[in-house]
Amino acid sequence: MSDTFGLTLAPHRVGAMVLRYIYLLRSSWPRILELVYWPTMQLFVWGFLQLYISQNAGFFARAGGVFIGAVLLWDILFRGQLGFSVSFLEEMWARNLGNLMISPLRPIEFVAALMIMSIVRLAIGMVPVTLLAIAFFGFNIYSLGFALAAFFANLILTSWSVGILVSGVLLRNGMGAESLAWTLMFVLMPLTCVYYPVATLPSWLQVVAWSLPPTYVFEGMRALVISHEFRADLMLQACALNAVYFSAAVVSFLQLLKSARRQGSLMQSGE
Amino acid sequence: MPVEPAVTVDQLVKTYGATRAVDGISFALAAGSITALLGGNGAGKTTTIAMILGLVMPTSGGVRVLGAEMPRQRYQVLHRMNFESPYIDMPHRLTVRQNLTVFGRLYAVADLAGRIADLAAQLDLAEFLDRPSGKLSAGQKTRVALAKALINQPDVLLLDEPTASLDPDTADWVRERLERFRKRHGATVLLASHNMAEVERLCERVIMMKRGRIEDDDTPARLLTRYGRQTLEEVFLDVARGRGEAREAAQ
Repeated sequence: MSDTFGLTLAPHRVGAMVLRYIYLLRSSWPRILELVYWPTMQLFVWGFLQLYISQNAGFFARAGGVFIGAVLLWDILFRGQLGFSVSFLEEMWARNLGNLMISPLRPIEFVAALMIMSIVRLAIGMVPVTLLAIAFFGFNIYSLGFALAAFFANLILTSWSVGILVSGVLLRNGMGAESLAWTLMFVLMPLTCVYYPVATLPSWLQVVAWSLPPTYVFEGMRALVISHEFRADLMLQACALNAVYFSAAVVSFLQLLKSARRQGSLMQSGE
Repeated sequence: MPVEPAVTVDQLVKTYGATRAVDGISFALAAGSITALLGGNGAGKTTTIAMILGLVMPTSGGVRVLGAEMPRQRYQVLHRMNFESPYIDMPHRLTVRQNLTVFGRLYAVADLAGRIADLAAQLDLAEFLDRPSGKLSAGQKTRVALAKALINQPDVLLLDEPTASLDPDTADWVRERLERFRKRHGATVLLASHNMAEVERLCERVIMMKRGRIEDDDTPARLLTRYGRQTLEEVFLDVARGRGEAREAAQ
């Protein structure tokens, strides 16, 4: 079958890459521990802070769970991107990218495998933490039901967009750009209003905030926890923005890959 | 009817800024042939191989592999090609069997368990098949890299210094396995090497490169006669130091 542009997606090749990352995780308990460690620390810091201020401020007493909900959703966003980017980085650390790039694996299949691994890594890290949130702070994120599914879908789409873009930059610029994988998402933290309402920002910055899909999710989470109201309008707007950002990220990745082929950087992508 | 070459390189150029890494080279590799790409460091061998693989985009000129234009149509033929180089690695934490399983699945190898067992027997991998790849010696790693390169029984096999850093005994062993594979499968092999003994033993044709250009292209026997030398190493030194050009000018 002719596939000049490499746009077909073969499940057996995606499966082969997922298997490769599962083998890696199985072989390394520190990698699994690292997935759980930071989300757990975050949960306890913000959980105890919430307990403290809820005992001293009436508003927070009524809005129990806002901080814990925010920290769990932030971790979906951040860990989702990290799960994607770290799996990609594993290939660079292992100097295996050359082997993959001369194999029949299409870029789209590689990206699909990284997206699946981002969910696998997220599940390993976040499921135990959500259970700890129930046990220690009485906050059950699963009680959000359909809203949680909408929040998750929007956050994971944003995390993949950032992960895809970072992977493209790594392909093009090599390991010199590694720090982007660990830090880029933090630019979004103040702008997407994880822990405070958008109205807190100066008006000009609110425009920037509303251009980012996670802002709608965090506003939606606060509306649900404080006012017990599910804002479907916010989720739909986030979804529309995500469609734009995700498409832009895929196009950028393919362009950066093309540029890497022109520059010869696929041959020198080691540590 | 004439048979189309397995690989055709036509007026291939690759520039990086002001540097011409490959400078207008042309050659064709007949199906089933084994050819050496010889040259010193920076001669353009690895860049040429990378362009044949579709890893690097040419600045101008063209490459065709098994009828497909590279890199544009690479996905039509990548499943029929493979590559081995000491400069790329396989995941260290995965066992040899796991690595071969992953690559076998990427290449959609039929009866993968059987193919891995065959390779283990042919390349003596059985004793460390379930050991992490990172814990192998240099010789064992080369054998595993060769197993990965042969997993799909490629029609076109590109090798970049396949015996670099190996002791003479292991290097000879690897050459013998390569020769056996080519004879049995009829694959086209292009081998970049600094090792003249390897080239003399394996290759029926030698393409000598210097500063991105082809300096000479012939059978080892004819090269020895033309340069009046006993070994390819002496020919290599003549080409590297420009003595060939001086001799031709004198003649």
